[in-house]
Amino acid sequence: MANGTTVTVDDLVAWVHRFSEVITEHADELTQLDSAIGDADHGTNMRRGCRAAVDALAAAEPGDITGFGRAIAMKVISTVGGASGPLYGSFFLALGTTGGSASEMDAAGTVAALKAGVEAIRTRGKAEPGDKTMLDALLPAIAAMEGSLDNGGSLADALQAGTTAAEEGMRATIPMLARKGRASYLGERSIGHQDPGATSSWLLVRSAAETLAA
Amino acid sequence: MKKLINATDDVVVEALQGMEHAHPSLKVVYEPKYVVRGDAPVSGKVGIISGGGSGHEPMHGGFVGMGMLDAACPGEVFTSPTPDQMLEATKAVDGGAGVLHIVKNYTGDVLNFEMAAELAAADDIDVEAVVIDDDVAVQDSSFTAGRRGVGATVLAEKICGAAAEAGRDLAAVKELCERVNANGRSMGMALTSCTVPAAGKPTFELGDDEMEIGIGIHGEPGRERRPVATAAEVAKMLVDPILTDLPYAEGEKALVFVNSMGGTPLIELYIIYNEVAKILAEHGIEVARNLIGPYITSLEMQGCSVTLLKLDDEMTELWDAPVNTPGLRWGA
Repeated sequence: MANGTTVTVDDLVAWVHRFSEVITEHADELTQLDSAIGDADHGTNMRRGCRAAVDALAAAEPGDITGFGRAIAMKVISTVGGASGPLYGSFFLALGTTGGSASEMDAAGTVAALKAGVEAIRTRGKAEPGDKTMLDALLPAIAAMEGSLDNGGSLADALQAGTTAAEEGMRATIPMLARKGRASYLGERSIGHQDPGATSSWLLVRSAAETLAA
Repeated sequence: MKKLINATDDVVVEALQGMEHAHPSLKVVYEPKYVVRGDAPVSGKVGIISGGGSGHEPMHGGFVGMGMLDAACPGEVFTSPTPDQMLEATKAVDGGAGVLHIVKNYTGDVLNFEMAAELAAADDIDVEAVVIDDDVAVQDSSFTAGRRGVGATVLAEKICGAAAEAGRDLAAVKELCERVNANGRSMGMALTSCTVPAAGKPTFELGDDEMEIGIGIHGEPGRERRPVATAAEVAKMLVDPILTDLPYAEGEKALVFVNSMGGTPLIELYIIYNEVAKILAEHGIEVARNLIGPYITSLEMQGCSVTLLKLDDEMTELWDAPVNTPGLRWGA
């Protein structure tokens, strides 16, 4: 288990387990949000992908951070589908690559790995802040984590700050005009709806806070 | 929700199993999922692959066969397929002349096909991709995901399939695909919503007296919602924006494709076709070819789309070439 200062591969696996649980709990809500401005499948797809990722990790038994990232990324990419598959898959792949062949990361290393994951989402999806996407929850979360560490916070503090920022970022998508993905077809009609991708991203950060520095 | 299914999770696989039994000339691979010509790879021929979410049948699996696609990758209902499917399908159809990916412009499809192309390149397969974006309902701007790929996809698959069958090289087939896309424009409408099996509820609500003009094939909202109108009025609402976007000179030829969204019967499609033909006659446009029926559907949605393709002689000749697939068959 985490002692609050380092994150092990087991902690990362526990994070994915927790993420899968909360995605399953929130699947109907995610699909509901997606039916308002997308194609009503985000909850279903994420639930299927997370369950497969949990199974893949059990089978792969990764020994280092890179192995963890690779095992989950390929599974997420091949089971989630839609845009979310490549985006979340790229997140885990980059997170693992940045974590490297070590079997644990310190607080700064963990935030750096999470940041690399978020940058990979940005590169793959070519979205910018304010486009009403996952990034509107994830970018503020990373900034808050970095700020917390800079102010001498622990990893637990940083992840908590990240969760709060992700939630605020998620809510901030409500008045935004969508500029990426299917929601962009709605134009003005996308205003007033919370972005489903930002919502699952908030759950991803919240699950991290619950497991990586617990 | 009333549907002829066994379990929502089994819809895509069981439909593929049915296709496999019904069409012995095709081969269905389940891990990962793709439908491929039984004689693939055809040596020396450019391979053509498409794919997308399920729920649009016969597109794309029903267009696999001689003169059209070499393979198709089905995703879950209305969900993009994944790069592992596209990579395996690409390998299966590579006859040494390279492979063209025909991709409909949806964020998920584009991202997944991009990853697949990167993986195929790493395996030394020559892959080119053309993104189809013919839906005039979407304002084309840098502030959206861009126009969606709809009806012109079917026409591109047919015309490029014929070109590949005739032995043209990858660059030529790609250029032709881009030309079909550049000359094709579509606009759709819905009278009712559709229900994704896994969601269990209609994707959107539409009143008994309402219709959505500019609907997407996944139930994405269109340009406007308005009271239901006559077929003549609807035909005008679909054709006018197309002709505004891509004007025709008098005497130019068009292929007119009137498509059912799944729930609209042929009798209504013919009424729409009749109205479309009248409008085109007023503009002096010659209807050189037509295609009428359910080819790119949106589950059980009632509604239709109209696609106009400005034809040149080469495209016309390739359109007329033999094709033998479950969904489109002539001359073979």
